[in-house]
This record gives sequence, C-alpha cells and structure tokens, in this order.
Amino acid sequence: MSEKAEATGPALVTIEVDGVEMQAPKGSMIIEATDRHGIDVPRFCYHRKLSIAANCRMCLVDVEKAPKPLPACSTPVTDGMKVSTRSERALKAQKGVMEFLLINHPLDCPICDQGGECELQDLALGYGRGVSRFSERKRVVKDENLGPLIASEMTRCIHCTRCVRFLEEVAGTRELGGMYRGEHLEISTYVGHGVHSEMSGNIIDLCPVGALTSRPYRFTARAWEMLSHPSVSPHDSVGSNLEIHHVRGSIKRVVPGENDSVNECWLADRDRFGYQGVYSDDRLARPMIRGESGWEETDWELALEEVVRQLRGVVDGHGADALGALVAGNATLEEQYLLGRLARGLGTANIDSRLRQADFSDQDRRPPFPWLGLALEDLERQKAVLFVGGNPRADQPIINHRLRKAVKAGARVSYINPQRHEFNYRTDQHVVVPSAMVRELALIAAALLDLTGGEAPGGLDTLRDGAKPGETHKALAKELRDAGRGAVLLGSLAECHPQASALRALAALIGKHADVAHGVIPEAANLAGAWLAGAVPHRQAGGIPEKIPGLDARDMLEQPRKGYLLLGLEPELDCADGAAAMAALRQAETVICMTPFVTGSMLDYATVLLPVAAFGETSGTFVSAEGRWQAFPGVAQPVGEARPGWRLLRVLGNLLELDGFDYNACDEIGAEVERLCESVQPAAVSEWRVPPVVRPEKGMQRIGAVPMYAVDSVVRRAAALQQTPQATDISVGLHPSDAAALNLADAEWVEVRLRGNSVRLPLRIDDSVAKGAVSVPSGLRETAALGPMFGALSLKRA
Amino acid sequence: MSIEEHADTPLKPGLRAEIDAWVAKFPPEGKRSAVIPALHVVQNANGGYLTEELMRAVADYLELPHTAVYEVATFYTMFDTAPVGRHKVNICTNISCMLMGSDAIVEHCEKRLGIRLGETTPDRRITLKVEEECLAACVGGPMMVVDGHYYTQLTPEKVDEILDNLE
Ligand code: SF4
Ligand code: FES
Ligand code: FES
Repeated sequence: MSEKAEATGPALVTIEVDGVEMQAPKGSMIIEATDRHGIDVPRFCYHRKLSIAANCRMCLVDVEKAPKPLPACSTPVTDGMKVSTRSERALKAQKGVMEFLLINHPLDCPICDQGGECELQDLALGYGRGVSRFSERKRVVKDENLGPLIASEMTRCIHCTRCVRFLEEVAGTRELGGMYRGEHLEISTYVGHGVHSEMSGNIIDLCPVGALTSRPYRFTARAWEMLSHPSVSPHDSVGSNLEIHHVRGSIKRVVPGENDSVNECWLADRDRFGYQGVYSDDRLARPMIRGESGWEETDWELALEEVVRQLRGVVDGHGADALGALVAGNATLEEQYLLGRLARGLGTANIDSRLRQADFSDQDRRPPFPWLGLALEDLERQKAVLFVGGNPRADQPIINHRLRKAVKAGARVSYINPQRHEFNYRTDQHVVVPSAMVRELALIAAALLDLTGGEAPGGLDTLRDGAKPGETHKALAKELRDAGRGAVLLGSLAECHPQASALRALAALIGKHADVAHGVIPEAANLAGAWLAGAVPHRQAGGIPEKIPGLDARDMLEQPRKGYLLLGLEPELDCADGAAAMAALRQAETVICMTPFVTGSMLDYATVLLPVAAFGETSGTFVSAEGRWQAFPGVAQPVGEARPGWRLLRVLGNLLELDGFDYNACDEIGAEVERLCESVQPAAVSEWRVPPVVRPEKGMQRIGAVPMYAVDSVVRRAAALQQTPQATDISVGLHPSDAAALNLADAEWVEVRLRGNSVRLPLRIDDSVAKGAVSVPSGLRETAALGPMFGALSLKRA
Repeated sequence: MSIEEHADTPLKPGLRAEIDAWVAKFPPEGKRSAVIPALHVVQNANGGYLTEELMRAVADYLELPHTAVYEVATFYTMFDTAPVGRHKVNICTNISCMLMGSDAIVEHCEKRLGIRLGETTPDRRITLKVEEECLAACVGGPMMVVDGHYYTQLTPEKVDEILDNLE
C-alpha cells in the first residue's frame, strides 16, 4: 500500500506485533503491516502484486485469542490485535509447515540454479530440521517444455501458484494451471502449449524455488559470485528499470529494478533476455579500415586518424552538407548529443534519430520532445483510451500492462489499426487499411465537433474524404468526451506512418475538444532524448530551433550524401526504407560505422568500422516517453577493444579540433544537456495546422510493422528471444477475401513486389489483417530488400 | 470487433442445447459454474471420456481460459481424459472403506479382470478407476460405484456378480 493510499485510504487500526505498536489500514492483512515495519514473516505464496492464495501456510503467526495460528497473508488486522511472529506457537507452526513442504522437495540444491537465492533454501535454513524424518518415497513430476526462455524442474515445485496467478492476473494469459489434485497436483499447461506471454520471464523471479529458472542464464553463474548494478532498458520508450547481474564485467542476466512509477516489479521478456545479443558472435572487436586490398584490422589511433581524414575529405571536397549523420533512437543521450555537436561542428545539421519515420512535415511545431501526454502511471487511471497505430503489447509491453490495468478497472480501450491484434484485455478494434487511418481519426474528430458544437478547423473535411461519421465514430467521440479522464495515444506504427503529421494533428484536435490527454509513444528507447540532445536536424540541444534545418533521416537517404556517420544502427533494418538506405550508403565515398556489431552489409558499404560499447557496457542517460530522465552506469566490460560511444566521439571531436569536447566523464555530458534543457517542459502538440494530404498509391497497402523481437540490433541477436514463436513466424499476412480475389487462397509462398523490389515469403491467410492491406513485417533480414514500411505492393504466387 | 463464432466447434447443436439448459440455472455472471455439468454432457456423448479438443470447446463456449477447464477435468476423478471401457468401476479406497477391507476388494477386482487400477480390459468392457476417494457412502463400506450406481457392503462374491452382469 503506497503512502498516498494510506493517507486517503480507509480508517487506520492499531495493532501490536512482537510488542511493537503499529497502525495499519482497516481490512489490510497482517503481512502488509509487518512488511512495512520490517518484521520478517516467512512466506512463499504471498506476493504484494498478486491476489492472496494463502495456500502455502508458511506465514502462520500467533494471534492473541485465536484458537490456532493464523496465516498472516490472509488475516485482516483488527483494532487492538496482538500478533506474535516468533512465539513458541508461531515458530512451531512455521517449522511444521516447513517440514511438510520439504517432504516432496528433492533437496537437490547443489545442482539447482536457484541455489543461493532460493526462498525455500533460505527459510529451510531458518525453520527446517537438520535431519529429515521422511523416509518414504518422494514424488517426481515430469517436466514439460515451456519454451526457449524458461527452464522447468517441476519436481521442485511447492505449489505456491505464484506463477499461475501472475500469468492470469498480470500477464492476462492463463497459460499455466494446477492440474490433477492432492499428491498428484502439477503446475502445467496440460497440453504442452508452453508459456508465450510477452511478460513470461517474471514467473522466474516469482517462483520461490528452483522450479522455474531462466533458460539462457541457467548454470552460467551462482548468485553469490555476481555483482548487481542498475540500468535502464534500451528496447522501448518505457524506460524499464533493470538490474544487470555480472561476473567480472560479463553480463549473466538481467532482472527487474523495482520502480512503481515505471515497470513496478515486472519486466517484459525483451528487456529481460535482450542482453544475450550483446555477446553475439558478430561483435566487432577491433577498429577496421577498408584499404586497397580490402578490410584490415587496425588500432584506434590509426582508425581515428583515418576517420578524420575521410571526414575532412568529404567536407573539403563537397561541402559539409554532403555529410549525413544517423544515430540510433536507442543510443544514449550523451552519444546523440555529441554526434549532433560533431556534425554541427563540421558545418552541417544533417543529423537524425527518427530513422523509421517518414513524415516530418510538422517537425517545427512539435513540442520539445515526443511526449506520452501523461505520466505512465496515470495510464491505468484513464477511463477511455483511443490508441491509434500500434500494438503496445509487442511494442511497449509495460504500457500495454498499464492499459490492461485500466480496463480491469473499467476503462474502455479502443484501437484504430491496419490489423487486429490479440490483446490480453477487452478492446474495441477498428481495422482499416493504413491510409484510411487518417480518415477514421478525422471522422471521430468530426463526430466530436458535432457533439461539442465546436467549429471544424480548415482542412478537416479534406481529411475525412467526404465521408460522414458513422455510429462507431460517434460512439468513440462520446466515450472520450464523457470519460473525464481519457487519452488519445499514437503508437509506434502511427509515428512511422507516411501521414504521421495528420494523425498527430487529429489526435491533438480530439484531445482538445474531448478535453483528454493526447500524446505519442516514441518508437525507440531514447527518441525523446534525441530531440532534447539535438540529434534531430531542426533543433539543437535544449530544443533551440536550427536557423537552417538539416536534412531529416528520410531526405538524407533519398538525396544520397557523399559521406555518412552511423552510430549504433543497421540501416537496412532500422530505417523506414531499408532498400533506399542501402542504395545511399553503397554510393557514398565515406561511411563511418560506429557499431557494436559488424554485418556483411557493413563490410559492403562502410569505409571505417569503429567498435562501440553495447547495452550495459556504457554509461549514459535515456529519456522515456513520459519524459523521465534516467542515467545509468556502464557495468559490463566492452567486448574486445570496443569503447563507449561518448568516449569515441569526444576523442573524435578533439581530433577534428572542434571546441568543447573536453569531457572527463559521461555524466558531465549528461549534466550539460540537462542544463540546456532546464526550461524545457513536456508538452503535446497544441495548435492545428492543416496537414498535407497524401493520396495513397493504388494497390494493396503494406503494413510494415516491426515485430517485437526485431526492434534493434541487440534484440535481433538475442538467441533465446529469436527462438520464440513471436520471432520465428515470419510470413505475409493477407485477408482471406483478398486471398480469394487474388487467387492465392491455396498459395503457400508469395512474391511481394514493392517499388521494383521483391522478396519471397510464406503466405498466411489471416482475417486480422485489414482488407486491402498486406502485413509484411519490417526490421527483418528477410524483408529488408523490400524498401518502405508502407506503400503499395503487389502479390504473386511463388 | 470480434464476435465469438462457434462455427467449427465440436459441440453439436444438441449438446449445446443441453449445456445451455445448465447455463440457464446460474446467474449470467456465474456462467463458469456450468463447467462441471457441461463436461459431463460432453463426456457422455463421447463414449465416457474427454478429449483436449472437447475441453477446449467447452472452455470457448463458456468463455473460460482453456487451462481452467483442464484443471477441472483433471481434478475430478469423474472425468476421464483418455479412452475408457464401456463401464467405469470406482472402488472407494478412502479411510472408512479401507478399514472395512477395500484393499481386498481392489485386489479381487484386479485379479478377476486381469488389469490394475487405472487400466481398461483389453475387450474395452471395464475400466478400473484409480484411487477413488470417499464417495459418501461410508456407512456401507467397502463400496463401489459402477456407472453411477452405488453398491455397498461388498464381498468378493457380490463383486463377481456385479461385474459379470456388465455386458
Ligand atoms: S512453479 Fe514455482 S511459482 Fe509456480 S507454483 Fe511451483 S513453486 Fe510456485
Ligand atoms: S504466504 Fe501466507 S499462506 Fe502462503
Ligand atoms: S470412505 Fe468409502 S465411501 Fe466414504
């Protein structure tokens, strides 16, 4: 119970525990009070974020006047209650329960991964008997395969049902259950279905014994050899807090860092298992230069000299504008800031982090950084949410989790998407082709203005394409207006939409007239930071407008430059149009790649490769969707000779003789940006400007959403995540009626053509895809050659 | 907006009508209470046992998670999740019956039928159910239930007669 709830919550009663007097909200459980006062009550099944099961009985305490010991986790406090957690009766009860729990437990601690951090082991030490009195046969439970992330050893299970309750109550997927009964009780899926929730890894933390452990981490370290340091997730703009566990600088695993305003005590699987990608085989270990006779490894000094020479060559030969800098949206604020200063120092503002975006027409009017429009924590208090373009369950699982909580508390969450997604809560989903998303939103705006009697701003009629609001639009408009607390949110897909500016303008219009919050969810971990750090072409750090804006990410590739500086990205996978990116890079005379990984295509287009530190290896700062600045230390030892990006850029700045690159530490850079951003307030778009009208090309429209385990270069290399069904199912999704019309109903493979490029992929007939649209995921090697995430394509049997 | 469709459910209309009759006995928010009768309906129509497909169909029909129905179906011994014989013989082995000699009854049945508890005769005539709990007829122990009929104060002779009469 938070402090706040305590202040406004129900009346307090006074109880006494072990002679200590304390206050507790009426109706709360004894264990909540003892936990708050640091009094240790042993437990297995109780967890503050889960419902009370009271099935392990480990928490028995002695309550005055009660005829027998009572479970602290499910006994409400009453005024004047006297509790003893250590009386003889309490201890006897606790020891008795422990003896029963151990009867069927294999006691295989030496070969158990949980050893050293096991709640059962710890409590057995305190409450167990030295010698077992049980000489009968123990039961054995067959394991089932729960998938690539979670290893199970169900003989160790003590049936606390935390895993079952988590999956049902928090993840919203009741994948595990208690099968059979009595001595035969087994926690299982029964049908070998596996656990597929995008938050499944949390059951590893919750399991108090070694029944559920992390498959990738298993047997690689012992709890007591590891050090733990805080960090922040680089995979989405939630900013989930992490703890990195490492042995002498080598990351062994990642567990949640508790932060009730961000990720509570949960982690999405992507944040938990993504670290595996850091140690992928294709890490770049040493700097490399492309010479006369091909690629050669070299040392840092020579490599940096070569970079300076090549950059000077481009600037001197073709002018600074011939240079373009692209930096990943999950690079640190410090890296983005320094690269921005470096580019500007060389005389160009051609720098961008908005790699997957396509519509920049409203960038001058956008607020200082793309903002969620409300606090993350407040999402769960909304009464109505209209979510446009995106699948938060895949894109930002923790945001989805908050929305799910809102729905459980009675909210309505509606989606406008080109594809129906499977959510773990009740939703209304409106599915239209990508280009029609603008019209749908315009119709909701129109319906809202009809309701409020507001005047339609110029251009709205064009956007709604002459259509009239239907019942659904009216209902949605009314829902938002009556919500009291509501929000219009633009997801990752909306931000990358070819008409993103129209969607943003309409969301703002609806937000204003329905009197609800509106905002966007940046599609990368530190895209908000990129805006603040000046890694955008139209604004310098602190949001100061650039007098002459540079080229945006799209223009830099569509109007090929002579030289490119790339930091932390694989352009063919991380840019809106991978094919255009490759073409632009191939024709450039200089391409400097600052990258943790080296790929075949980099060897093809780059001229110098500089190894930079990956996730966990560098200190830095991320700014999340809600505008939360979170700094983190460099924890792991960079692989090979890789260096943190900020260090490398600092040296480069000095070698290029640019001013003000004399930093001693990363936090000096962060502090500098923070000072520049002192007066920056989070804001959402306010005034209306007629967005440009883009007529869609004729033909089937591509939905190029990025699958959840393809969002960045680290995740794409995380071996275990890549084995999950979410990653392995790569196919083209087509609505059955379109499949029939195109005579593809029985086709197994199709050839997809888009602007002269083509790829061959398995076909999936899927009625969740909008009629007239085709789902062809991007961010994948299999589809990189195809080009833009959106656009008209054709299909042919292959 | 998804409308629950039951087009390819193995629950044929007759079965659905029977389940509906049970659903109607509970308040709308208590639809899940119909899960046990629904499983009985489906099991009876399927030669005495449930398949995964049928359990899922019941779950979908009652809007329950699949796992919840598996839990119920595996919890109660009155449901079978593997093919069974034409007759189910449940010998109570709980405490009262045990004190009255249920062990001997079990042993006798096993010998007579040539199968162990939990097995089915090769001619698929009889299944001896495993570990049946107190069937609430302690006063007449040892006892057993055959296809829903209670037989009390069993003796080996009595058991033979009952078993022999099962076709
Ligand atoms: S697997 Fe672990 S969390 Fe799940 S019931 Fe067993 S002991 Fe509890
Ligand atoms: S913690 Fe109270 S019964 Fe398990
Ligand atoms: S113990 Fe056999 S019926 Fe009760």
